Amino acid sequence: MTTAAAPTDLLYSEAEEELRSAVRALLTDRSDARSVLDRAETGSPHDPALWHTLAAGIGAAGLLVPEKLGGQGASHREAAVVLEELGRAVAPAPYLTSAVLATEILLGCDTAEAAPLLRELASGSTVCVPAVPLTLAPGAPLPAPVRDLGDGILTGTVTSVADAVAADVLLVLADTGLHAVPAAAARLAPSVPLDLTRPLATVTLEAAAGTRLADLGTARAAIAGALLSGAGLLASEQLGIAEWCLTETVGHVRGRHQFNRPVGSFQALKHRLARLWLDVASARAAARAAADALATSAPDAPLTVAVAQAYCSGVAVRAAEECVQLHGGIGMTWEHPAHLYLKRAKADSLALGTAGHHRGLVADFAELPAP
Amino acid sequence: MTVITAEHLLTRVQGLLAAHPPADTDRGAFLRARFDAGLAWVHYPEGLGGLGAPRSLQVVVDAALEAAGAPDNDPRRIGIGLGMAAPTILAYGTDEQKRSFLRPLWTGEEVWCQLFSEPGAGSDLAALGTRAVRESGSGDWIVDGQKVWTSSAHTARWAILIARTDPGLPKHQGITYFLCDMHAPGVEVRPLRQITGEAEFNEVFLTGVRIPDSHRLGAVGEGWAVARTTLMNERVSIGGMRIPREGGMIAPVAAAWRERPELRTHALHQRLLELWVEAEVARLTGERLRQQLVAGQPGPEGSGMKLTFARLNQEISGLEVELLAEEGLLYDDWTMRRPEGVDFTGREAGYRYLRAKGNSIEGGTSEILLNIVAERVLGLPPEPRDDKDLAWKDLSR
Ligand SMILES: Cc1cc2nc3c(=O)[nH]c(=O)nc-3n(C[C@H](O)[C@H](O)[C@H](O)COP(=O)(O)OP(=O)(O)OC[C@H]3O[C@@H](n4cnc5c(N)ncnc54)[C@H](O)[C@@H]3O)c2cc1C
Repeated sequence: MTTAAAPTDLLYSEAEEELRSAVRALLTDRSDARSVLDRAETGSPHDPALWHTLAAGIGAAGLLVPEKLGGQGASHREAAVVLEELGRAVAPAPYLTSAVLATEILLGCDTAEAAPLLRELASGSTVCVPAVPLTLAPGAPLPAPVRDLGDGILTGTVTSVADAVAADVLLVLADTGLHAVPAAAARLAPSVPLDLTRPLATVTLEAAAGTRLADLGTARAAIAGALLSGAGLLASEQLGIAEWCLTETVGHVRGRHQFNRPVGSFQALKHRLARLWLDVASARAAARAAADALATSAPDAPLTVAVAQAYCSGVAVRAAEECVQLHGGIGMTWEHPAHLYLKRAKADSLALGTAGHHRGLVADFAELPAP
Repeated sequence: MTVITAEHLLTRVQGLLAAHPPADTDRGAFLRARFDAGLAWVHYPEGLGGLGAPRSLQVVVDAALEAAGAPDNDPRRIGIGLGMAAPTILAYGTDEQKRSFLRPLWTGEEVWCQLFSEPGAGSDLAALGTRAVRESGSGDWIVDGQKVWTSSAHTARWAILIARTDPGLPKHQGITYFLCDMHAPGVEVRPLRQITGEAEFNEVFLTGVRIPDSHRLGAVGEGWAVARTTLMNERVSIGGMRIPREGGMIAPVAAAWRERPELRTHALHQRLLELWVEAEVARLTGERLRQQLVAGQPGPEGSGMKLTFARLNQEISGLEVELLAEEGLLYDDWTMRRPEGVDFTGREAGYRYLRAKGNSIEGGTSEILLNIVAERVLGLPPEPRDDKDLAWKDLSR
């Protein structure tokens, strides 16, 4: 059995609440549901100006980066708060990919070659995303590396790369190690994604020139560590999604009258929403525990992350499904933002490992082996 | 007023241990001394077992005393007294009531029970019909009626009791709250056997029971407000408990899974992992609630914890019976016993499965608690009701 958990801080600090207010104010102003949908329909959902304010103005991009490398020297706890807010707004910002995954990979490389790129990432001037499928999970085997033809000339294909269309630089796992490749040197074939707010593309490298940042062993370990952080912090995005869905739905059923009374006065709906509230309150505890475990490098962080992912994925999807259902006909329309949340929640449930995958990890960590 | 710190409390603990070394002090004597030192419930006022210290410091005292091998007051046995009677007496009692009842309650010398539910008033508790009539002259109250599902009535020395003192008023008015002597003439306790085979709860018949007016808690006719304090504490006392990872009902199932590979199937594995994760998340949610209370931001999560534990206990214990295969067909003991407390882990899987069914009924059913969450937390409209302005005597029964 696993040892007792270290004391975990599951609350939000004052500084975290201030950060939340800043991010929320920005998103309310500049990224309401209408504009998210409008941009998503054009096929390029990202808003570079918004990203610049979030990343550089608020300093959110550098939260995980130490001050000596130009970052905020904050922790996963603060990054988690940003992701909660991005989830609440289904904002199409390359935060998870650039400010979390790519940043963690570069931090894991800890090489002189990686430092300049980290500085650029932290300042928000460069968007960098890892060229791995969004479904790649912690604990799963890494995909076969891209071939290095010599001198960092790379050839290969990676599918389902999230936010590649917004990237300036791609981090590519080649058979000689980790390489930074300018996005302009790769061929990007955008896919039609289920989640319109997190675009996917197939990345093809045809003798593209990259800069080697780390050897293969270091690169693999760095990616594995980044996937753990990414999965743990994705739980906070899922919490944000679920929270928006619950709040919106409660607001709707209070105002919507049928049978001469608010539909929210019917016990069948009251009980469903009360249960959903319980799930969201529990998801908050699970997501906070994961963020705190990552921030403190707790020995049981891999278990805590797996628990959070195994739990929060389902809550976000259920909240979004209830949101559509309890909005009735409006919930099925393109105009109402509910579908954006449903699509994000469902896609998130595949990203960085399914709940089933994470339960498998729980089985390993908690020593509850399969038959 | 001085602010009491953890250091201050630890000094007091050392003083208590020096004056009453646990190794050669009688259990009762030690607990009384602990109460008198203000280390029973540190957030209670001085002279009443506390020091007016922050509630969060109780854990410091408990840990230090446990480490020193001091006896505890067995909250499992005296749960109703500690969790419900005590906070209500503290909030509404006279000085005399607080002085005479709180000490033996805390030490466990006097066990309490709760005479609330009646055959005709469970979820709709305010519909209760047990009558209390004031005797002119003595000023005593004479109580007649029947209570039911009364846990621990057979071991209790005292009861919290609500009774109707004015049937002409709507049901929430005209109720008065009393402290009832379970040894008084006219109190008859009959075991009520439950689905586990034992009799943890009872029927209680009250026939001409005399209660002195000095044992009334709160004003005449204000009993519903007093009862709400009790009920709120009943729910919070469940959510505030601290358990280790893989504590509670999931522990025996996980142990069986590890120790007996021959029982494992893929279908059971999936359910076990799902429930293990949910139990861990419930633990974290309870921990977060505790941290909120300590930080002085009491959240509404408390009312939700009971709902979660009830559902999880039932699902996990159901899984355990199934996992045990042939053994799951057996039951440990159907003897009609009258236990002193509930002990989920002291018995086998079948008992856990059956006893857990009560978790969603006792202390407010899950349906009622969902209504509370929906209305008080989410602000959804209250249930429609047509009994609000009717006199209790005119309600349909
Ligand atoms: C193990 C155990 C120990 C107990 N110990 C004590 C004790 O020590 N002291 C004490 O006073 N009582 C005790 N009780 C009684 C308990 O508080 C009541 O059983 C409980 O409040 C439910 O009341 P009821 O049994 O009358 O069910 P009812 O109120 O008749 O309910 C029947 C069903 O209808 C549902 N229902 C009722 N009203 C509504 C509504 N408005 N909306 C939706 N559904 C509704 C209920 O949820 C339930 O499913 C104990 C019960 C158990 C099981």
